[in-house]
Amino acid sequence: MNNDYEYVPKNSFTRWLDTRLPILRFTNEHILQFPTPKNLNYFWTFGFILTFFLITQIITGVILAMHYAPNSLLAFDSIEHIMRDVNYGWLIRYAHSNGSSMFFLAVYIHMFRGLYYGSYKEPREVLWILGCIIYFLMIVTAFMGYVLPWGQMSYWAATVIINLVGTLPIIGDSLTQLLLGGFAVDNPTLNRFFSLHYLIPFIIFGLVLLHIWSLHVPGNNNPTGVSVQGKQDTVAFHPYYTVKDFFAYVVFLLLFCYFIFYNPNALGHPDNYIEADPMLTPAHIVPEWYLLPFYAILRAVPDKLFGVLLMFGSIVVLFFLPWLDTMKVRSARYRPFYKMFFFIFVLDCLLLGYLGAQVPEGVYLLLSRVSTFYYFAFFILIMPALSRLERPNPMPIGISNPALEQNARLD
Amino acid sequence: MSDIPEDDKPSRRDFLYITTGTFGAVGAAAMVWPLVDQMNPDSSVKALSSIEVDISEVPEGGFLKVAWRGKPVYIRRRTTEEIIRAESEDKEDLPDPQNDADRVKKKEWLVVVGVCTHLGCIPIADRGDYDGWFCPCHGSHYDISGRIRKGPAPTNLEIPPYEFASDTVIKIG
Repeated sequence: MNNDYEYVPKNSFTRWLDTRLPILRFTNEHILQFPTPKNLNYFWTFGFILTFFLITQIITGVILAMHYAPNSLLAFDSIEHIMRDVNYGWLIRYAHSNGSSMFFLAVYIHMFRGLYYGSYKEPREVLWILGCIIYFLMIVTAFMGYVLPWGQMSYWAATVIINLVGTLPIIGDSLTQLLLGGFAVDNPTLNRFFSLHYLIPFIIFGLVLLHIWSLHVPGNNNPTGVSVQGKQDTVAFHPYYTVKDFFAYVVFLLLFCYFIFYNPNALGHPDNYIEADPMLTPAHIVPEWYLLPFYAILRAVPDKLFGVLLMFGSIVVLFFLPWLDTMKVRSARYRPFYKMFFFIFVLDCLLLGYLGAQVPEGVYLLLSRVSTFYYFAFFILIMPALSRLERPNPMPIGISNPALEQNARLD
Repeated sequence: MSDIPEDDKPSRRDFLYITTGTFGAVGAAAMVWPLVDQMNPDSSVKALSSIEVDISEVPEGGFLKVAWRGKPVYIRRRTTEEIIRAESEDKEDLPDPQNDADRVKKKEWLVVVGVCTHLGCIPIADRGDYDGWFCPCHGSHYDISGRIRKGPAPTNLEIPPYEFASDTVIKIG
């Protein structure tokens, strides 16, 4: 962005290094001095929080893999071995399992932030799409990780989800066998899930670097949605946002610690402490909380293939947001109608989450259908319609200019 | 100027580029297949493809649940009343129409794979609105012939390949 500052190596070693590997120059430009809008609120701290949770998950995961046995005969016992015998094994496992929940909580706040302030709009389309890919890979990783303890929920979640793939026409059956490595979920399935569960987080890490790269080309969006116009609108990332982000991170850690130390199984399901039994399905199968809305969408539809397509469609539609919402005004602050529909959408997602945990009968089924309809209507009908019809409120011309003063000039 | 037609003609170098590229592409594709195919069911999995089951102990109205290819198979000895009910319901409006007679080899014995055709859960026997099977996952009801009657499952419970090795032994697979 603006190049008012210049990195100047201070001693002979950094001067020597700067002409060979300008890593300090890069750090200085992209982390320490990076010009960041001065009006970011706490919703902008979640990117930083997410980076730390990715690192937490990788570290705890690598450690768990030192003690875990990816074999259908040993997996369940090796988890109990980690919990009972391995020094601090309980801590590391609870940090990993609750860490995934915190990761998803943070990513949902991060995504709703983007949705509210229009962070997906031009020129940040690629940034948004990279984020959607990361989110999709997070779901895949979380699902595979959930299978590894080889409990009843692990086993049946794997069965149900892989069967979803089998509904696809023509390639469905052969693709299912390819994923399973057999005729049902068994040791080959567990082995490959473990391998991929270990691999994908590193792919996510690479994508996060691309995500940040594409963020650093246009710079951050901000609560007004008005582009940065000059030096008066920005502050250096360090110390202003390193401190703010760290503070938010520590507050978020309190919630994480509450779950690890006081309620480690609150977000899990007791059936997963029963070893997998291929001959017996638990009475009530539910996914982890962060996937419940998608499960509700799947079950809202009576037709098998259509239900699966809608479920995948609910994620695919996110990729097209920049072209569904073509309103030039980014922030919902100045879009009264969009703001209203946005908050209904948030409630709708929470309702879908609740419905995903209920038995799909009677009023629950009806509600699932209504809220599934709204989920898609918000993106496919409401967004394009508002882009054409909505008249935004008067807005400031620049981040540093007070709104009222500018209204007169707009007219 | 007389060189121009010469340049337009494919040269020896063009030929080398294209053949090298083609060999490379075919070679890479040939290498990818083993990397993908290793994920398909291996020989040890395929070897477990058939089992023999002794059915002499099953009482009338009772059933056996056996594991075949990692999936449960229900072998149900139906009562006369159940057979009559299954046949009389042939004419009803079935989501996946099939006559009871086409689903059995001996009327008394119904052999079905106990995997819900919706998303692969295991239906529970003697439950549901049609006294056949009920899938707890997403609420599919099957009748005493293993036919889907109500719920999200698209097709009837699958009939595995089987034969009666003798009056008391069924060979599945």
